[in-house]
This record gives sequence, C-alpha cells and structure tokens, in this order.
Amino acid sequence: MLFKNHGIIERNSMILLIGILLMVSVGGIVQIAPLFRIEQTIEKVDGVRPYTPLELAGRGVYIREGCYTCHSQMIRPLRDEIERYGHYSLAAESMYDHPFQWGSKRTGPDLARVGGRYSDAWHVQHLINPRSVVPESIMPPYAFLEGRPVGVQNTIGKHLMAQVRVGVPYTQADIDNAKDDLIAQADPNADSEGLQARYGGKVTVRDFDGDPTKVTEMDALVAYLQVLGTMVDFKTYEPTKAENLR
Amino acid sequence: MEPNQQRSKALPRFDILFTGVTAFLVALWAVFAVSHADDAAMVVHGWIFIAAAVLAVLAMVFAAGGSALTNDNSTYSDGVIRYGVIASTFWGIVGMLVGVVIASQLAFPDALYFKDFGFLNFGRLRPLHTSAVIFAFGGNVLLATSFYVVQRTCRARLFGGMLPWFVFWGYQLFIVLAATGYLMGVTSGQEYAEPTWHVDLWLTVVWVAYLLVFLGTLWKRKEPHIYVANWFYLAFIVTIAMLHVVNNLAVPTSAFATTSYPLFGGVQNALTQWWYGHNAVGFFLTAGFLAIMYYFVPKQVNRPVYSYQLSIVHFWALIFIYIWAGPHHLHYTALPQWAQTLGMTFSVILWMPSWGGMINGLMTLSGNWDKLRTDPVLRMFVASLAFYGMSTFEGPVMSVRAVNSLSHYTDWTIGHVHSGALGWVGMVSFGALYALTPWLWKRERLYSLKLVEMHFWLSTIGILFYISSMWVSGIQQGLMWRSYNEFGFLTYSFVETVKAMHLPYIVRALGGLLYLLGTCIMAYNLYRTVKGSVSSKEPLSTANPNLVPAE
Repeated sequence: MLFKNHGIIERNSMILLIGILLMVSVGGIVQIAPLFRIEQTIEKVDGVRPYTPLELAGRGVYIREGCYTCHSQMIRPLRDEIERYGHYSLAAESMYDHPFQWGSKRTGPDLARVGGRYSDAWHVQHLINPRSVVPESIMPPYAFLEGRPVGVQNTIGKHLMAQVRVGVPYTQADIDNAKDDLIAQADPNADSEGLQARYGGKVTVRDFDGDPTKVTEMDALVAYLQVLGTMVDFKTYEPTKAENLR
Repeated sequence: MEPNQQRSKALPRFDILFTGVTAFLVALWAVFAVSHADDAAMVVHGWIFIAAAVLAVLAMVFAAGGSALTNDNSTYSDGVIRYGVIASTFWGIVGMLVGVVIASQLAFPDALYFKDFGFLNFGRLRPLHTSAVIFAFGGNVLLATSFYVVQRTCRARLFGGMLPWFVFWGYQLFIVLAATGYLMGVTSGQEYAEPTWHVDLWLTVVWVAYLLVFLGTLWKRKEPHIYVANWFYLAFIVTIAMLHVVNNLAVPTSAFATTSYPLFGGVQNALTQWWYGHNAVGFFLTAGFLAIMYYFVPKQVNRPVYSYQLSIVHFWALIFIYIWAGPHHLHYTALPQWAQTLGMTFSVILWMPSWGGMINGLMTLSGNWDKLRTDPVLRMFVASLAFYGMSTFEGPVMSVRAVNSLSHYTDWTIGHVHSGALGWVGMVSFGALYALTPWLWKRERLYSLKLVEMHFWLSTIGILFYISSMWVSGIQQGLMWRSYNEFGFLTYSFVETVKAMHLPYIVRALGGLLYLLGTCIMAYNLYRTVKGSVSSKEPLSTANPNLVPAE
C-alpha cells in the first residue's frame, strides 16, 4: 500500500517538497514553541538584571574572541559540578543573554560563577599570560586587550537599542546614558550614582585593569567575568519549591 | 514547467536580470557600508562585497554569448561542477590544515600562540576550522555532486541558465566573508552558525537560488520518477533553509555594523541553536551525503540500490526523527527536563533509520563484494559507510542522559563528531571526488589507483588515531572531574585534568596530520588526472567499469 502510493510523491516534486517540509517541522514546533511560555521555563528569582554597558561590551569581547569554544557557562546539577563550581545554573540567569553562552566543551573550566572568585589583578595577569599564573594552562594569551580602548564605546547606545528590540528591558535612560555609564564603571573617581541607580547598588565600580588613564577592552572583559553568576540571591531561592521544578 | 524559449528571447533573461539586480543592490548597500561603517570589519566586508559585484558584472559582460550563458538544453552543464570539484579540494585542504593547527595549539600552546597575533588564537581559528570543513569543503562537495546527480537522474540540463554559476560563486563569496570575519573577530557566538547577520542574509539569497536551480531541474526532468538521491538533496536544501533562517534571526546594531543580537535569548536561544546545530549534522552532513551515497555507490559497483522499500522507510523516518534530537546537547542544563527526555528518546530511535541507510548502501555491494579488492575508490565508500554506522550508533549511546553526564563537555564529543566527519563525510566525499574527476574531465581513469590506496590507508589510520585518542582523553577527563578521594573531596583540580590531556592531544594532532596528508595526495592525484596523465606504473586496462557514462 504505502510503497504502491509512494509513486505519487516520487512523480510530483511539489508534493515531495511539501511532504518534507511537514515532516521536518513537527519536531521543532513541539519542542521549541512551548519554551516561549516563559513562566513554565524560567524560574522566578531576585537579582537578575540586564548587563551594564561595560559588562555588555566585555561580553562582546568574550564572544568575539570565541571564549565559548573552550569555556561553558552552565553548571549541571551533578554533585561534582556543584562542589567545583557552585550552585547549578538556572534558566533565569541567562534570560538576558543574547546569544546564550552555555557552551559545549570544557577545555577550560566552567565560568558560570567565576565572578568574585579571583581578583581583578589575577584576571588581568591571567589574560595577559595564562601560564604565568597557571603553568599547566593551555589557554591562548590575550595581552592585546591591555591598553586597547573599548571598540564599541561610541556605539554602545545602539547596542542597547538592539538589545531592547530583542526583549532585554533597558530603559530610555539606560540608552541615553550608555556611554557615560560605560566610562563611569571603570573609574572609581567618577560619579557613578546614575549607573548604580539604573543597574542597582550591587554594580561594581572599579578600575578593573589597573590602568586609570582609559577604559580598555581588558576593563570590559574583566568587568563581565566578575559579574558572572553573582546576580541571583540564592538565599531567597528555593530549588525544591513546586514553581521552580521543571 | 519548461522555460518558454520564445518568450525568453524577447524579454531580458530571468537569470541575468536576477544576478544583475542582486549585484547592483549589494554594491549599493556595500558603498554605504564602507563609508558609514560602525566598525572596521564592516569596511573590509563592504569592499569584498563591492569587488564581488564588480567581478560578477564583468564576468557577465565577458561571458555574453559564451557557453556559460547559453541555455543549450542538448548538453549537461558540467563547467560549474568542475569548479565545484576544484573548490571542494581546495577548501578541504584549507579547513583540515586549520584543524591540524588548532589541534597542535592545544598540545603545544607556548609554541603556537603569538602575543601580537591575537587573530591566530584558538577561539578565532576554531570557527574557521569548523566552517571551512563543514560549509566550505562539505558544502562545495554537496553543490558539485547535487548539480551532477540531479542532471543525470533527471536527464535534463541544470535549470536557470547562469543561475548555477551565481550559486557557486555566491557560495564562495559567503565562505570568504565568513572566514575573513572570523579572523577579524566577527562572529554571532553561536556554534556552527557563527557568520553574522549580513553574511547570513547573503547566504539566504544564494540558498534560494540553489533551491530554484534544483527544483527547476526536477521540473524539467525527462524521467517520470524522482530518483532517491534527489529526495535527500531536496530535504537537505529545504531543511537547511528553514534552520538557517530561524536560528539566525537577529537584530543588527545598525545597518552598517557587523554586530548583532539574536532574537532569542537564554534557554530559548539554547534550544533553537541546538535544533539548528544537531540538524546541521542531520541534514547538511547526513541527508546531503546520503544523497551522494545513493548515487555514487550504485554507480561504482554498477548495481541498483539494494532495497527500494528500505530507502522509502528510512528516508521519511530519518528526516522526521532527526529534527527532534537537538536537546540531547542540553542534558542536565537549565532546559526543561521534558525537552531533554524527548531529545534523548528520539536520538535513540534515530539509530534505526541511520542504520537503514548504512544497510542500504552496504548491501548494494551484495554479489559484487570482490570489487573491494580491486577498486580503492569503492573501498573509500564502504569505509565511509562503516564509519557512518559506527558514529550513528555512538551518537544514540551518548545521547542517553547517564552516559551524557560523563561525556558532555569532554573530548569524547569531539572524537564522536570526527568519526562522523572524517570517517563518513570525508571519505564519502573523497570517493565522490575520485569518481567525478575522470567523468567530468573525460579521462579514462584516475592518474593513479595506488595513490588512492595510499590515501585510503593514511586517512583510515589518521581517523583511528584521532578517535581513540579522544576516547582516552574524554573518558579520562570525565572520570577525573567526578573523582572523589577517601575524605569525600574532589580528587583533582581542573588544571590537573588539563595536564592529563597532553599526550592524547599530541596523538590527535598526529592523526589529523595523517588525514591532511591523505587529502593532499588526493589533490595531487586529481590534478594529474585533470592534466590527462596516467601513472606509468599502472597502464590502462581495456576493461574499466568506471567508464560507463552516468545515466
């Protein structure tokens, strides 16, 4: 029966084409569409906020250099991972990540909670010459980030606007002040009141790379690394609550 | 659906109009991109677009009246396929060379990283390697073979006049844009979908033209039935279009910036990305290359496909089930568990249709197995099917959540991918290139079958080195990560597990080098074949089954 009638499909390219389209659509629709019912997919947690302009610029450097090809940002709920890296990652923690950077390979360690683990100076030295602080490391050196002004400094407002278009809740004030906020976060002497009003008091304002004369890509990348995994307040998060199980 | 010859004389031809208008629009946008660019990389890409548009117009002017522009339906259009064979060989060597370089970087970081050349760091070269081997090498093999197979099995010339040329050169432009972008740090940050929005848009234009050429040729066919290889090619073209468009939906920061942000974020982005990523494997690297298998294996053994019924069942089952398998890349992540379980279930089921294809290919040899002794090209095809069977068994095993908890994030995954990529995709491509070259250049046979034999062994040994070293390093690292000492503490720091990878990484680089060496030998062999030489040590025999013209 099936084989007899298959001739119809074989003789009509458009029926074949439509048949293929139908067959390959089902799986994607069933799996992907329900994820957009956010309340079913993403936990309710306190503390997750959009990245500050400097962190977003640092995230751009992270993506540009392909850090995701060797580092994951997704801690699995397995005993050894929780002991090595900290609380397993929540969907909420990457809800403003466009693109997500969960990664697929750990040639280097997971970075989902690297924020606050090391000092800024350690990160800077490690990025300049990884083997000077971890002799067995096989990571490439990123010395060229040092002293290089943040490339997106003048277009950061446009970046925030594009983020708004994909659903990240930046306000008009965030966009208007993006460049000032970017510079202010890397300068402990600058007026950072506006920055902290917009992104919360937990935002760290520091000269991340130890070079006070300019805001560099090293500043941006270290600022990004230092915020990773630090937003959620796990004291108020109950993983076994029914609404958090999925 | 035959193009109306009378009308096409009176009106400007569609293909020329399409190419001309596309070149004009691209050049117009590129001029603004160069002058108003947000970033330096866009200036470079703007100039590349302008150069390509100018070359396209020049080519059309100079080719006017030439054979490339005529629509002579009495012959097959094979010129574009010859270019495809050359491009495949070239990009294959480039992509594999970059692979050997990055494998060596992981083994000898101090020797192969340069403080002042950040663009040569692993993170930028790795997308260059994956894109070059998958999309540049694999993509050109698929373009060339699909153009060849669809013409022979439909007994019709390629549809669209110069449109196939547009597809070929447009695709090369896509490769050049993607590759230069990676070196400049232009990336979307999504694995295997790294080209950014403007490059993605360009690929979409090229892909629509590709679909049109393929479908148009099917419409012109003089055979009542569409041959099974074409089902697979069509599924590959259509599904890749769907995956590419959905996964790359993004908002650029400006019309003249290389930076953009994907429409989906977080967990939705993750699932869409692996829906794309796994089906890039399923439809680019599997369905497309199964199409090659369905034409070239029967051709090489001179027998029909083993089972028509099996090809029907396994075709529909394969394309239906593959699409569901993506979430197995996200086990134990923040993706809801029901989605992970669905992905795992369908991945295990996928084992069956995958092996359906392998069985159909291998059993086509039944009664003619003796040819394996005398025909090294056929051996290439059979080895590729064996590796296909092996990696499509390993895949379902690794998709089981318990196994995945060990294998995920380790080199085991890298080894698995390469047993499929080097073993299946690479070897079936080599076989197709060895078969196509004498056919296309009208040579009696290859320059040297001994060199094919040498290539076969170099690549087989290279693959074995590669996958066994990755099993060792992957399983070892996975076990070290979860190892506890007698006091209940983790035994190893992360960097101790990195140190333990050193030897496997050297072996892996060596395996890759052997494989690359084999490809270089193939390039030499194909070059001599095109030149018309025949190895003096292997005189021509009078009976040669390879000479049978394609139908």
